[in-house]
Parts: sequence; C-alpha cells; structure tokens
Amino acid sequence: MERHIQVPITARDAASLRSGDYVFLTGIIYTARDAAHKRMYEAMEANEKLPFDMEENVIYYMGPSPARDNRPVGSAGPTTSSRMDKYTPALLDRGLKGMIGKGKRTEEVKEAIVRNGAVYFAAVGGAGALLSRSIISSEVIAYDDLGTEAIRKLEVKDFPVIVVIDSQGSDLYETAIWQYCRE
Amino acid sequence: MKLLTQNIKEMCIEANHYLSKDMEQALCRAAQEEESPLGKQILGQLQENLEIAGSDMIPICQDTGMAVIFLEIGQEVHFVNGNLEEAVHEGVRQGYTEGYLRKSVVKDPIYRENTRDNTPAVIYYDIIPGEKVIITVAPKGFGSENMSRIFMLKPADGIEGVKNAVITAVKEAGPNACPPMVVGVGIGGTFEKCALLAKRALTREITEHSDIPYIKELEEELYQKLNASGIGPGGMGGTTTVLAVNINTYPTHIAGLPVAVNICCHVNRHTVRVI
Repeated sequence: MERHIQVPITARDAASLRSGDYVFLTGIIYTARDAAHKRMYEAMEANEKLPFDMEENVIYYMGPSPARDNRPVGSAGPTTSSRMDKYTPALLDRGLKGMIGKGKRTEEVKEAIVRNGAVYFAAVGGAGALLSRSIISSEVIAYDDLGTEAIRKLEVKDFPVIVVIDSQGSDLYETAIWQYCRE
Repeated sequence: MKLLTQNIKEMCIEANHYLSKDMEQALCRAAQEEESPLGKQILGQLQENLEIAGSDMIPICQDTGMAVIFLEIGQEVHFVNGNLEEAVHEGVRQGYTEGYLRKSVVKDPIYRENTRDNTPAVIYYDIIPGEKVIITVAPKGFGSENMSRIFMLKPADGIEGVKNAVITAVKEAGPNACPPMVVGVGIGGTFEKCALLAKRALTREITEHSDIPYIKELEEELYQKLNASGIGPGGMGGTTTVLAVNINTYPTHIAGLPVAVNICCHVNRHTVRVI
C-alpha cells in the first residue's frame, strides 16, 4: 500500500504502517551513523543532553558524499543498520519513532520497536543519487568533527522508503523471501 | 609518475559515477525478468539512479569505497620522477577530494580517525611481460565487503562444500549487502591467495565465464540456485538476488581447500586503462 506520511511521525501514523507499505516521507529527519550513535550513547550514559530530542523523530542511517554546486547534499543512500543495533533500543525507549536504513535488525531491536510502537524503514541501498533528489536541505547540527558521520538535520520531500519492521513486529525481510523461494 | 597519478585520479571519479556497460546491461535485463512487483520497482529505481549519477555527477552510491587498485606492470617499464606508491595514493587523494567523493578511510582500525582524503589505497602489484601498465581501479563499498567470508574447507568437502560455502555467505548477507549482488569466489591457493582471487573475480566482466569447463558450470549452477533463494532486490523478495557469480581458481596444498566469497553490491565498480 502506498502512503504519504509527515515526519516527525506521530504515534498514530507509526502504528498504522504495515510491513511492505511503500511510504513517501515529508518533513524533518536526522542523520546518524556509527560514530554519532556511539557518542549519543555515551552522552545518555553520562546523563547529558542529546543533540536532538528523540520524541517522534526519525533517524536516517546515512553519511553523504560531499555536495557539489550549491546542492544541499551529495549521494545520500542508506548504510547497513545492524551496526547501530547495539545503541538502538535505548534511543527507541527515549521516544525515537522511526529509523531508515537497510538490512536486518536484531531481536532486541525488534522487541524495542514493538514495545515503543515504532517503525523500521528501508531505503533502497545503492540508490544514493536518486535519493538525494528528495532532500531539500541539509544542516550539520552536531559532531561536526565527524565529517560525513556528523548529525545532520534534513528536510525531505516525498522521500521513498519501504516499511520493513512494523509496530507489530512483522519483518518484510523474513516474510517476502518465502514468496519467491524455490528451493 | 604524473601520468599515473592523473589516470588514477580520473579513474576514481569515473568509477564512482558510471558503471561499466556489462553491469548496466545486467541491471537492465534483471529489471525485465524480475517477477516481484516490488523487486521490479527497486530495479527500476537503480536504473534511474544510474542515469541521475551520470547526468548530474552525483556518485552512484554515497559509499564511494576504499580504493582497491591493481597495477599490472610490464617488466620493461621503468618509472621515473618519484615514488610509485606515493603517485598512486596521490591519484586517489586528488580523485576523492576534487571529485566530491566521500572520504571513508580511517587511519587506524581501532582509533578510527578519518584520513580526510580517502588514502591510503589498497594496492596490488603484478609483474607481467611487455612494456605496458594495466591499471584497474575498483572502489569497494563496505556494506557488501562486511558480508564477505573465507572458509578453510577440507579436501573431502569437495565441490559440494564449495557450493554450500557460497550459498551460506550470500544468504547471510541477504539485504545487508544491497542485492542484487555480484559474487566473487576464489577457490584454492592459500588463506590470503583465495581472498585475492575472489577480489579479482569481481573485476571480471560479468558476462564472461571461467574458461575451465567445470568452473563455468559451477558459476551457472550457483547463479540459478542463488536466484532461487527468494532474497530479491533490496532483500525484499524476488527472483533477482545475484547478477553474476565469478569464480577464479588456483592450485592449492594437498591438505587444503580454501574458499573465499567476496560479495559486492549491484554497484560493482571497476574501470581499466592501459598506459
């Protein structure tokens, strides 16, 4: 099913999405990958403030290539989510409502998604040039020294993603494969 | 040396914006043959992505890779004016900074400080007859590199063992490695030799088969089997999981059967020049 959803995402919208839905996201999302997650995790352990409030927000696991000719961003596709698994449940428990990446998640992450009524989206891996067209603006808001791994606030319009794990715990990577498996 | 630096710089930029013809054609064929509607849609996006990358000069993928460079150097060639290795790194440095490519290399594997110019490259030298230098630049993304495996099989495991190893690696990679994948396999040699054979297999044209008849059959059989796994484009189900299986072999020890599976995403970048 095709859906148009505003981000940050409300609990109601997140709960209404189903594994396999094709979704266009419009609004504000934040980027963070390995190094930024590590820092946010350390900040939480030290009871320090996070660079942005997790409540209703969506994190995009992405580190762009440099922008050319006054464009907001360079190539901007998803990175592999599993490297963030260690840090993700704590962020979900703080109100994070969505993640965009690619690839499988651990059981701990799935449980945290269900517990918090969140959603895990995949963007198409290796389609960074195409995806950059849905990003209207990009601003580094934290950890500038991390270069491509800094936290960026992105304004997106009709950013195309697919729901992989929904708030009920259904996982497209597990269900879809069996439809086409011929072994 | 300047010539070498200039070529490597251009090749880094070229490889990250344009795929080789064989890769483009394979994606096109896959888009036509894919049975899953979602899979077809994803393959369509990948083709559109390639068009945008070329026309707007945006890298095909934001992971513009660690630069893997093969230099096949004719034994009659004499390099003048500088240090060969530094000339290669300088080409990578210039290509990645001037070409708006992502700097994805960290100086130390544990302390992880970014070198900010994507150097050093990973360089392999081969000495060949003649007076030419063949340069292959293959930027390698790590979404798929991370899913690659080495299996030190026993001789008794035989060809079935090899098949199982490849299938295991590809299934474990699943959606993480950005399918449809290209699978490079090295069989034989030593621990490190089989990995290098697998890496080299990824730079072979994907329409080209091994010239060893039973290896060609193995490539075809694995291609069929892997595409029957159901993983599909993006790992979201479908009949296109791999675009090609390329296998290289080498003699090995009486006691061993090393198998390396180097997985590459659909952005299997490699460009070759002869100077």
